[in-house]
Amino acid sequence: MIFSILVNEGPYQHQASDTAFNFAKTVLSKGHTIFRVFFYHDGVNNGTRLTTPPQDDRNVIAKWTKLAQDSELDMVVCVAAAQRRGIVDEGEAKRNGKDATNLAPGFRISGLGQLIEAGIQSDRIVTFGD
Amino acid sequence: MLNIINKTPWDRPALDAALQCADGGSILLIEDGVYAATRGSASEARLKDAMGRLKIYALGPDLEARGVADRLTEGVTVVGYDGFVDLVAENKTCQSWL
Repeated sequence: MIFSILVNEGPYQHQASDTAFNFAKTVLSKGHTIFRVFFYHDGVNNGTRLTTPPQDDRNVIAKWTKLAQDSELDMVVCVAAAQRRGIVDEGEAKRNGKDATNLAPGFRISGLGQLIEAGIQSDRIVTFGD
Repeated sequence: MLNIINKTPWDRPALDAALQCADGGSILLIEDGVYAATRGSASEARLKDAMGRLKIYALGPDLEARGVADRLTEGVTVVGYDGFVDLVAENKTCQSWL
C-alpha cells in the first residue's frame, strides 16, 4: 500500500514529529511504500540542519535525514511555510537575497501542489500535528 | 474510518467531537490522547458508551511512556506502531483530530 505523511509540528515541540517518524519507519518495515513526507506549518522546522540538541537527546532532524537517505524517501518542505520560518536552500537564498542556507540533507523545498499530488497518488495520507 | 486523537480530553474536545461524529469505525488514542483510556479518567464513561459502535485502540508505547499502561480501561485494545500502520491500512480513510 502507498502511504504519504503530513507533518505539521516542529521537532521538540510536543511529540508529533517523533510519532510521524516512528510511523514512517514502521510503514517501510512492513513492506509498504511512502510516496512522500510533506512538512507544513511549524513542521518545516524539522528541516534545519543547524539544530544542535544535547548529546543525550535524540536528533530529530538527523533521524529524518538518515531515513530519507536509507529509504530514498521524498521529503518536501512547504516553500511558503519555510520562508516564514527561515528555512532556506540555495535556490531560495538566491531568490530572496539571503546570505546563508540551512536546509538539512534529504529535504527539498517545494510547493503545496506536492501535498495535493501526495493525496492523489497515495492510498492513505496520515496527518501528525499539535 | 479511523479517528486519531492525540490530546487529552481536558486539553482539547477532540475525543468528544470524534465520539459525536463517528458512526462506526475505530478510534486510536496516541500521544497524550492515551490518558483518555485510563481507568478513572473523566472520559471513561463516554468511551465505554461508545464501545458498542466503535472499536477503541490506544498506542502501547505512549501508554508506557506516561506510566499508565497498567491502568487501561477495560475494552480498550493496545496496539504498537505495527498495529497503528495496520489500522490505517484497514480503514479506507483516517482523520487526525487536531
